[in-house]
This record gives sequence, structure tokens and C-alpha cells, in this order.
Amino acid sequence: MTSEVLIFLGEALVAALILAGSFFMIVGSFGLLRLPTLMQRLHAPTKATTLGVGGILIASMLFFLFTNGWVSVHELLITLFLFLTAPVTAYMLAKAHLHRAKAEPELPPTGRPVGWATFDPVASDPDPDSGLRPAGEDQRPLDTI
Amino acid sequence: MIAVALWIGFAAVGLGTIFCLIRLWLGPDAVDRALALDTLVVNAVALIMLLGIAQATAIHFEAALLIAMLGFVGTVAFCKFMLRGDVIE
Repeated sequence: MTSEVLIFLGEALVAALILAGSFFMIVGSFGLLRLPTLMQRLHAPTKATTLGVGGILIASMLFFLFTNGWVSVHELLITLFLFLTAPVTAYMLAKAHLHRAKAEPELPPTGRPVGWATFDPVASDPDPDSGLRPAGEDQRPLDTI
Repeated sequence: MIAVALWIGFAAVGLGTIFCLIRLWLGPDAVDRALALDTLVVNAVALIMLLGIAQATAIHFEAALLIAMLGFVGTVAFCKFMLRGDVIE
């Protein structure tokens, strides 16, 4: 196999990964624009956009591997960070949506002695000496949390 | 071949950014706008990576990593504010 064929194969691999990543990016953003409800809109970018960024980052790794001859680790850092934070972000957004769209009695039971923690009264004027929770009937023992 | 793929990639990710901006403008709820901002950040990271490939330099990775971190922290702070009315209690 000659070197021209190898260079052509490497370029084709990088170009195909860039195209696949861009396709997934635009699918995720289009789903964010066009899907009807917020839960469906939540699923489109959190899956497709991370796939798209993953494809583009792998393309970048392969490109710098082919041009410079060594593997750069920055892309792996970005990939790891995005893949770690995408589920956390989706979870927080879904929880905020539940909190804003439904009243407290409509939400499913938690199956624990305490209810949904986000409906607890806000510690508006906490005493720095006695912790963040205000004193009074809201204070619950620590073993039930 | 890579140059053509890069142009198509720039066009696609830019169009995705415009879609996110339209959702940010329309978004019936604040959660929609937070989600649109989060997707906008991911699109920006992809654009910076494509720019790094196009210029064949490795100096854009730190910027991409910083933007990804700021986007995550910002989205979580927005969600905490919508949940509790306060970011750090």
C-alpha cells in the first residue's frame, strides 16, 4: 500500500467524521427548534449534540495524529467533560421543568418520609451560627432526610 | 477533501446555532431558554474545534474547554435559581 493511498484514507476518515458530527449537531439543534413539548426538546440536544461534538473531537484527534504524529489529549478532556456534564444538565433542566410546570400535589410521591426537597421553604435569613436551615417547625431531624 | 468537509461542517453548526437562537427567542418558558443556552454552548465548542482543525493549531482547545465548563456551571446555576429562587443557599 503506497503512502498516497494511506494519506487519502486518513483524509477520508477525518472528513467523514467531521460530516457525521456536523450532521448530528444540526439534527440536535433542529430537534430543539421543532419538537413540540419541553421533555422532547430536552432529549434532542442532550443526545444528538454530544454525539456531534464527540464525532468532531475524534476527527480533530485523528487530524492532529496524522499531521503531527502524536496524540493530543485535550480533545479527550473536552469529550470526557461533556459526556460527564450532559446528563447532569439534562437532569437539572427536567427537574426545573417539573418544578415549574406542576404543583406539589401533582408530582409523584417520593416514597420517603419527606416530600420533594425543592418545595421546602427557602432559608431567606439564615443565622450563620446555627447553620443554613431556619429554626422553627420546618426543621426536621437529619436522619429523615 | 478535509477543506470541503470543514466548510460543510461550519455551515451545519452555524445553522444549528441559528436554530438555538430562534428557540432562545421563542422559548415559551425559562427552562426552554436555559436549554437553548446550553445547546448554544455546545455548538460554540464544536465551532471552536472546527476552527482548530481549519487552522491546524492546538491553541483553541483551552478556550473550548473553558467555554464548556462555563456553560455547564451557568446552566446548573440557572436551574438552581429556577428551583429554589436562590443559587447558593
